[in-house]
Amino acid sequence: MSTRVVEVVPVRIGEPLRLPLLLSRVPAGFPSPADDYIEEALDLNELLIRHPAATFFMRVEGDSMVGAGIHSGDLLIVDRAIEPRPGYVVVAAVCGELTVKRLKLHEGRLCLMPEDGSHEPLPIREELEVVIWGVVTCVIHPLV
Amino acid sequence: MPGAIALVDCASFYVSCERVFAPSLRGVPVVVLSNNDGCVIARSEEAKALGIAMGAPYFQIREKLEREGVRVFSSNYALYGDMSRRVMAVLRSFSPHVEVYSIDEAFLELPRASEEELRSEALRIRERVGRWTGIPVRVGVGPTKTLAKLASERAKAVPEQVLALMRPEHIEAVLEETPVEEVWGIGRRHAARLEALGVRTARQLRDLPDRWVRRHLSVTGLRTVWELRGISCLPLELAAPPRRTLVRSRSFGRAVTDLMELREAVTMHASRAAEKLRALGLAAGALVVFVSTGAYGQGPHYSGSQLVGLPLPSNDMRMLARAAWDGLRRVYRADCAYRKAGVLLLDLVPAGGVQGDLFAALDERSRSLMRAVDALNRRWGGETIRLASAGFARPWEMRQQRRSPRYTTSWAELPVVRA
Repeated sequence: MSTRVVEVVPVRIGEPLRLPLLLSRVPAGFPSPADDYIEEALDLNELLIRHPAATFFMRVEGDSMVGAGIHSGDLLIVDRAIEPRPGYVVVAAVCGELTVKRLKLHEGRLCLMPEDGSHEPLPIREELEVVIWGVVTCVIHPLV
Repeated sequence: MPGAIALVDCASFYVSCERVFAPSLRGVPVVVLSNNDGCVIARSEEAKALGIAMGAPYFQIREKLEREGVRVFSSNYALYGDMSRRVMAVLRSFSPHVEVYSIDEAFLELPRASEEELRSEALRIRERVGRWTGIPVRVGVGPTKTLAKLASERAKAVPEQVLALMRPEHIEAVLEETPVEEVWGIGRRHAARLEALGVRTARQLRDLPDRWVRRHLSVTGLRTVWELRGISCLPLELAAPPRRTLVRSRSFGRAVTDLMELREAVTMHASRAAEKLRALGLAAGALVVFVSTGAYGQGPHYSGSQLVGLPLPSNDMRMLARAAWDGLRRVYRADCAYRKAGVLLLDLVPAGGVQGDLFAALDERSRSLMRAVDALNRRWGGETIRLASAGFARPWEMRQQRRSPRYTTSWAELPVVRA
């Protein structure tokens, strides 16, 4: 009797395949009907943070932005990778202090506008040393 | 085909990190002190201009700093480490090949291009790192690491803080102007020997015969010379070598003589080291505890260390703290005033799959307890859950009276923005 080579199958060595861990054990009872549907858990970072290396959290103090839904004690997500444009809420360094305001075009020049109906716009002039620090992308306002 | 190499260097990195979150520090002199507020380890340009030396002991220059209105900070490594990670992440958007050379320096491999194109790319790197992270960087580009390093040094004098060095005649001119001791890898000792032979410039060094260089400066020196000729001999080290040991130690804020105070310190170090192990997915097979009086001060000078093996590799804070305490009792001498203590973890192995069946149940309980501890400490910060033997008042703890908030790594210390 002789052996005949029928087919040579190449073995492919690639990336290890990661499989999700099954939650239920096989021998006891019925397998969970959800096992086929296991996916990654939802991660808020993925939803709220576009540029992780450029994103910072800040704590708000003060009430000048309540009109924009930003209250004292809220958490801001600030993205430095986004180009600031008129209409965006931004964090700016004004006279050595970080402040949150809306960037607006007012009479042809860029201004920082509070949103509480009372404060005056702060025009961005060179002598004030205003630097736009980053763009606010989200407000986290705890309710409980 | 080798392309170009860029060295990206964060200017006065620790000071820059402080300035990102405290804009009032812009334009004023700032210094950062070493652990325990010992000496100056970083200076802003304004502080350099005041003549404050690198390494100057704080207690000696304290009055001068106050007089000149210098803002002084204790080192805030949680902040610097996180900002460094961010800078490196931005650099990876420019090249898949990044070697993190130190906390504030990295080499990048760039595709081969003309000097002008590489200069534009270097400007883009500087612009993006600055905008995304707030950290100003210098960029030097060259055909080899040694030439990139040289270019980044020369970039200090360029207003845009960027210099590409690719054209042979440009390289030639710069080497001609560079004193030999400023070449990366040429130590002061080699420089003195070279100067005695009349070799003063980097260009002269480059043009020495190979055989002479190998004989007098060894193979390392020969590599440097070839790199100056534009032949890349120092490949980028892309992956950090696997971690073999993990060390944790601090100086005390004052001399410690009491065994129980020492116990608090080594328990704290063992617990924090265990936490780090868990974050890395590792377990330690052995631990060394060490104590030292330092070489100065009154009383006997003593350094002791003790190796303690663990029955099984572990990253459970309780196991490591117990081992540290066993070791400490053996090295402790009551007649000494200690200045420093710490632990070194050895025989690191991947956690999980280290236990025999017999210990599996025990191991599972340990793991879920440690998971809970980590979750609570992540949520509430630092050592919210700690071993009681790690102490609470900690009168021995290091002086860090001027540390800025951990703006990016602690929910309790986020930067405050006025609305």
